[in-house]
Amino acid sequence: MDYFFQQTINAIQLGSIYALIALGYSLVYGVLSMINFAHGALFMLGAFFALLLEKTLPLPFWLLLPLTMLAVASLGVLLELVAYRPIRKAPRVSALITALGCALFLENTTLALSPYPKHMPMLLPPISIHCCGFTLSSLQILVIGTSIVLMIFLDLMIRWTPFGMAMRALSEDRLMVSLLGIPANRIISLTFALGGALGGAAGLLYAMTYPIVSSSMGIVIGWKAFVAAVLGGIGNIRGAVLGAFILGGIEVLSMILFPSTYRDLLLYSLLLLILVIKPYGLLGKPPLRVA
Amino acid sequence: MKAALLAPILLFSLLLLSSCFSSKPTIKIGLNVEATGEVPAVGKSTINAAKLFVYQINSSGGIDLRGEKIPLELVIGDNESKPEEAVAVARRLIAQDKVIAMIGPNVSSCSIPASEIAESSGCLMISPWSTNPHTTRSSHDSEDSFKKNVFRSCFTEIQEAPILAHFALQELHAHRAAILYDMSSESPSSAAHQFEESFRKLGGTLVAAETYTTGDRDFSTQLTKIKSVHPDLLFIPAYYNDVPLIAQQARRLGISAQFLGYNSWSTPEIIQLDVEHCLENACFSNHFSPTSSLPAAKKFVTLYEKTYDQPPDDIAALTYDAMLLLSEAIVRAGSSNRLSVREAMSRIENFSGVTGDFYYCQGSHDPLKSLVIFTIKDGSFVPRIMMKPHW
Repeated sequence: MDYFFQQTINAIQLGSIYALIALGYSLVYGVLSMINFAHGALFMLGAFFALLLEKTLPLPFWLLLPLTMLAVASLGVLLELVAYRPIRKAPRVSALITALGCALFLENTTLALSPYPKHMPMLLPPISIHCCGFTLSSLQILVIGTSIVLMIFLDLMIRWTPFGMAMRALSEDRLMVSLLGIPANRIISLTFALGGALGGAAGLLYAMTYPIVSSSMGIVIGWKAFVAAVLGGIGNIRGAVLGAFILGGIEVLSMILFPSTYRDLLLYSLLLLILVIKPYGLLGKPPLRVA
Repeated sequence: MKAALLAPILLFSLLLLSSCFSSKPTIKIGLNVEATGEVPAVGKSTINAAKLFVYQINSSGGIDLRGEKIPLELVIGDNESKPEEAVAVARRLIAQDKVIAMIGPNVSSCSIPASEIAESSGCLMISPWSTNPHTTRSSHDSEDSFKKNVFRSCFTEIQEAPILAHFALQELHAHRAAILYDMSSESPSSAAHQFEESFRKLGGTLVAAETYTTGDRDFSTQLTKIKSVHPDLLFIPAYYNDVPLIAQQARRLGISAQFLGYNSWSTPEIIQLDVEHCLENACFSNHFSPTSSLPAAKKFVTLYEKTYDQPPDDIAALTYDAMLLLSEAIVRAGSSNRLSVREAMSRIENFSGVTGDFYYCQGSHDPLKSLVIFTIKDGSFVPRIMMKPHW
């Protein structure tokens, strides 16, 4: 029983980090119908920013988190401004390639500046709560707690603020939104900021949990988060979170049952299966056709 | 206008001319190393040791070829710790740079494919650190057929793992062992299988063998499984950047088993990355100890420390030995011809280097050597015991 409990906690921890990253993919897709493949690189840069801040002036976690989020958010905005905005009217494939190019650019710049994996200093005293056979560390509570708070915050923001409303409107009909006098570009910038902030937070939490920071850390996890976003229905915020937790769960379950090399095989087989049954993902809806 | 255009052209042709005249014959040695990628520390040590060796030889005029002194020249190629890059670098060094021999790659997943290139192009290759048996063997099923051109200056996992199993049972008194290893990487998985076999043969019980894939950062699922079978020993054959993460997650989950590692643990980075000191009292085996009492080793350590302000790790020592072996082969061949250097190399049976004595028995390309077991104490590697192979 405690074995089961422990593995569930492992799955939730994994899922909450995937969720934070998956949200970034989903937000951008919702507004621009574009897959921001550079998001995994933003996640990686979040970890590096946090490390840099922590190395130059040791900060407590509650200060480090907003600063990292702010830094990566600005980077997200910059990315959109420099790389994506000029080609917004170009064919979709150009946007896709640009995003891939940005990802490679950011990763290799980081590799050039810091070729060695760095270790992240401890931000929390390593307290573990041992309780009836299973163990919960202060870090796990922090990671899961912070992710859930951020996700609830995002959900409320999208549902209840004017910005959220504008964002939802934008995802349905960009032309109409502009005609009604809403500054579409500003909303798009804000969306990238929001996605970047969540990616940055994920980078920090990930670097705290697995305290080795390297330029390639965002690649695989970026793909997985993207898969989670697609699984839940890309463009759908709650779907991304659902997809991420399902992904975490399947990963842990497959490793309990099979050797580790089967994990990704199972994961992607399941993705294919779900997409065959529900082509728009679990919570996704077919796009509205405006006549 | 014209003069402005002419100046750079003149300068360029002058440079070309001067390079023509100054090209004294050198012996080119290729380094196929992991300068960037997963394990950059490995590449750095290799380059440091090789440069030191070349500097030493060249400051006395060069290598002695039948009375004529010819300086050495290093050609460094970065394989990024990727198999495909290792192959590309090997091709470039051999075909384009025309090196006499290639040192490296070190990581087995790179050195195995690169060794095929060396073998097919008839160029001598010495891997300082690749401990996977397949690096020097031509087919996977027959034990005795070696690739003609491929040698190594380290022991193999076939030797290492049984000694480790022996050590675990006799010295650590561990009878229930668990293994967690990277199954997509050659060297760790072959070490894991060898250990498993030997540990069982020597009377121990293997309670769990869990796997992960290169690049994984989360091991909590596997460790939770391991925790549920209560081992006294956790054998972690993994590259150095995975080990601190595994140790940390294991301790956080409340696993109190003794950690045991193998030769890939032996870089100082492992201590730097182990922020929470979870590796305290862990043991691992290695090729070389900087506190070795061998005279040749002492001399090498002093020189290395003077040059780089840090003691050499095993990779540096093994690279130095690989260079020593190569220069011995070149001197014996008395020429800078690839074929005769390789022939000379295959005739070396006994050899004394900085990592100890080498025995290339009965045409083997894998030397028999002793290994050193270290314990991690207060963030440093303390030599604990020297274990001889059972020959």
